[in-house]
Amino acid sequence: MLTSILLSAGLALMGAGIGAGIVAIGAGLGIGRIGGQAMESIARQPEAAGKVQTAMLIIAALIEVVSLFAVVVCLLIALNAGGIAF
Amino acid sequence: MSVAAGADPEDGGEDPTGFIMHHIKDSHEWHFFNVGHTHVTLSLPVIVYSSDRGLEFFSSSDFQNHETHTFGEEYAHEGYFIDSHDHLGRVDGASFIDFSITKNVAMMFLVIGVVLIVVLSASNHYKKHGAVAPKGAASIVEPIVIFVRDEIAHKAIGPKYKKFVPYLLTLFFFIWVGNLIGLLPGAANLTGNIAVTATLAVLTFIVVNVNGNKEYWKHVFMTPGVPVPLLLVIVPVEIIGLFTKPFALMVRLFVAITAGHIVILAFIALVFIFQSYAIGVVSTLMVTFINMIELLVATIQAYVFTLFTAMYIGSAVAEHGHDDAH
Repeated sequence: MLTSILLSAGLALMGAGIGAGIVAIGAGLGIGRIGGQAMESIARQPEAAGKVQTAMLIIAALIEVVSLFAVVVCLLIALNAGGIAF
Repeated sequence: MSVAAGADPEDGGEDPTGFIMHHIKDSHEWHFFNVGHTHVTLSLPVIVYSSDRGLEFFSSSDFQNHETHTFGEEYAHEGYFIDSHDHLGRVDGASFIDFSITKNVAMMFLVIGVVLIVVLSASNHYKKHGAVAPKGAASIVEPIVIFVRDEIAHKAIGPKYKKFVPYLLTLFFFIWVGNLIGLLPGAANLTGNIAVTATLAVLTFIVVNVNGNKEYWKHVFMTPGVPVPLLLVIVPVEIIGLFTKPFALMVRLFVAITAGHIVILAFIALVFIFQSYAIGVVSTLMVTFINMIELLVATIQAYVFTLFTAMYIGSAVAEHGHDDAH
């Protein structure tokens, strides 16, 4: 009984950790892609650099927030699952 | 303001989670800093209304153990107590309404005060001198107002934008100043409180739907150009969409600000966990760097909230000829 509680709490914590890692990969891919395309478009047309940079920052903030949605879920799992084990 | 001696319940090294949560969560007292074992806190008023006892005022220091300076169920005062999760409770379990000035409410008053001082002194300048070049507070307010009015309101809403500029300006200034002041040490986490962002989202929901014109409601309930069997699927989706848009606004702002604060606090807690000078130096540099990013995030989140609100208002009041390829 005790081992089954500890096992499920351990699995939950593991899930939370792996989830947060995958979220970081997703955010990194998304923002990296935006940054890369922004670099390309600035290289193509340096006069538009200001506009491109502004748009890039805004979209990076939006993508980052999506990853933070998932981080909050992982935090909730980690904070609540760890408590059950005790 | 009270300066009390007591044991230190929030040593970052022992309990980093508690340390972080203490700084993120709302509380009935405003804890500024500890000097050794002395806590410098501001005990905020506790205001309760119950149907049998009416309106009552206490100070939150009444509910504390004065030696250890902690809250707990056992330190009840006149039938009320504050438990270890900083929730107000009643000893006999009867219902009551909690109107307390908690840390976030006091912070909100501070933000309101700052915004009012800045904006009103700017508008006073124009009242006194007419339409001239700005000086003083007006010179920081005017470019921001013009930016919100032209780039956000006019671009997103179209010809009818003038009616909504006050609401958008209020949103922008409140969220921006709230985010920025929340980054100062000792400040409370205002826009990282889901109740505050939920209220802003509810206000946006009300403004958008009250101003929806017939085309907007037709689009939700009787989407044009859709065959009737599909309408049974599309209409519930559109109705849910009415609610998910403000919901996304709420969660976006809450999560962005709270996550920023958690990262900063986690790096500071790292110093307490490792207790080494090298970690201290690196951690301080990281915290400074992340604070700079958080300044940017504060501005961007205010801009995004206002922009999305303007876009939803724009879709609600839009008047254009519908083409079949909609």
